[in-house]
Amino acid sequence: MKQAVIDAHNLSKIYDEDSIPVVALDHAQLHLNRGEFTAIKGPSGSGKTTLLNMIGGLDHPSSGYVEINGTNITKLHGNALIDFRLNNIGFVFQSYNLIPVLTAKENIEFIMLLQKIPAKQREMRVLELLKQVGLENKGDKRPGELSGGQQQRIAVARALASKPQFILADEPTANLDSVSATNLLDMMLKLNEEENMTFVFSTHDQRVISRARRVITLEDGKIVEDTAPAKITNGINLLE
Amino acid sequence: MILKLIWRNLWRNHRRTLITTASITFAVMFCILMQSFQKGAFDNLIKNVVGYYSGYVQIHKSGYWNERVLDNCFELNDTLIHKIKQQKNVLDFVPRLETFTLASFNNTTKACMLIGTDPIKEKQLTHLNEKIIEGTYFTIDDESVLIAEGLAKRLNAKLNDTLVLFGQAYQGTLAAGKYKIIGLLHLASPEMNNSFVYLPLKASQVLLNSENRITTLALILDNPLEKIPLVSSLRTQLSSEYEIMDWEEMMPEISNHIKADGASFYIFSAVLYLIIGFGFFGTVLMMTAERKREFGMLISIGLKKINLGLILLGETLLITALGVASGILLSIPLVVYLNRNPIQFTGEMAKAYEKFGFEPVIPTAIDSTVFISQAGFVLILTLFIGLYPIWHIHKLDAVKALRN
Repeated sequence: MKQAVIDAHNLSKIYDEDSIPVVALDHAQLHLNRGEFTAIKGPSGSGKTTLLNMIGGLDHPSSGYVEINGTNITKLHGNALIDFRLNNIGFVFQSYNLIPVLTAKENIEFIMLLQKIPAKQREMRVLELLKQVGLENKGDKRPGELSGGQQQRIAVARALASKPQFILADEPTANLDSVSATNLLDMMLKLNEEENMTFVFSTHDQRVISRARRVITLEDGKIVEDTAPAKITNGINLLE
Repeated sequence: MILKLIWRNLWRNHRRTLITTASITFAVMFCILMQSFQKGAFDNLIKNVVGYYSGYVQIHKSGYWNERVLDNCFELNDTLIHKIKQQKNVLDFVPRLETFTLASFNNTTKACMLIGTDPIKEKQLTHLNEKIIEGTYFTIDDESVLIAEGLAKRLNAKLNDTLVLFGQAYQGTLAAGKYKIIGLLHLASPEMNNSFVYLPLKASQVLLNSENRITTLALILDNPLEKIPLVSSLRTQLSSEYEIMDWEEMMPEISNHIKADGASFYIFSAVLYLIIGFGFFGTVLMMTAERKREFGMLISIGLKKINLGLILLGETLLITALGVASGILLSIPLVVYLNRNPIQFTGEMAKAYEKFGFEPVIPTAIDSTVFISQAGFVLILTLFIGLYPIWHIHKLDAVKALRN
């Protein structure tokens, strides 16, 4: 039996906007195993980012709970929750992912500094990660000197630096051209295959959806479909 | 790396950082200069007033200052001299025997202040010899007087005339003597100029029947700024038979004037710093608002809010430290130059100053406390402003910030 990394039980999120309740997430039930490469898709306002925020411990559900590797993170608050995120979850955002005044190397190292990893170990891991994302010669560049695709690769490297249980990526390819998006996906798939790293994306991007091994579809805050891409691309599995 | 992050964050917007640093620099420089001038002017005022007659510290018999009569004199004995000489800050002392007597020439008699003093030591403290406008300075064994020109005029007396002094001597005996006027003095204070007569100490003790007794010991200090420890040390070491007073206790009106004028400076600098503070707060506000999304990202990936707040506080402090340091560095040469080359008054203003015995100059004071106090004041202000980003981060919702 595969090991569950993420277990979301009956997750609901209701926002109270001007005293009118808005249901962003409606009793979502989710079970993700180690090594999965999952895309969460759906139209704007369907609750993709809300679900990702709940899984990532960035937001608290109105009801239900999330377990990461058996820890109920819904019960964690403040610094305990920040520490949990630091040590268990890697984040890749759509844009403004990196600290603009630090170099690529320093951005990756920063997360390990927060984990209080000794300098020598940090240095070795940074080089290893830069190699993994194929940017070993860009370590001394600042984000402003890198292309959008390269910045996202560095963001993935930073997310990996803390050796997380899984990586959450919120529309990682949204601001990338098609070549950069493909390269980023290739790299993440490689990490998924070689390192058994779990990836969860929220996306609109058909390129990401088509290459995911599992696709969860959200509509009006409800999970309406949970399937493999082969089923939703008319039998053409683009992975193979 | 955190320090690197703080430093580089400062230079994200070079122009804004430079303008903010420059405004702090000029505020600090301006306040340091202003306070140095004020302190310099006060020091000069004190030097002029105190150095003119009283000295910075005096020793009397207990109760003398409230009842300045000859019977409150005391014996200048070796034990007392030894204890005073033991004090590090005391270079020497001027023994004086002071009393009110009557001065008479021909048919005119006027009340006067008779000061019996050591001619050599008096010269060191008050430069009495430099105030002679006619005649010569007296010596220790002279039996002659120096008389203030105002009093001489009132008595119609001239140089080489004989002045008769008579009044009450020690323990109610009669004092009477006649002395040749060997010098006329110009004393800046009109009150002193109309009433002062100087006689060598020995001669005055004979006249007042108070051998080896004095009413006042005016101390000559090595460092007048260190008078407070000296006064407390003397108060501990000398018996309660003596009262030790510094110039502030003897001339409270001058001390109060300095305090009042000092307070006006603090009000002025507070207004200046308030303006600078608002400008700086604007910068901090911008620095915080434009990086909201980045803060959301940093908290999301695992940076604790308190640490993020401290990074922002560090940025605020660093920008201030830069401004304060450059303000101090730029003001040092200016303060030193204006201390060596004080602003000189000319024309009527200079005459008015000289008339009252003051040097017509305003030098700056070179005093480390001026620099430290300005730096401290700005740092406190910054710490206060630096609370804003901490509060902002504390209230920040990472999810909302990421959506920003």
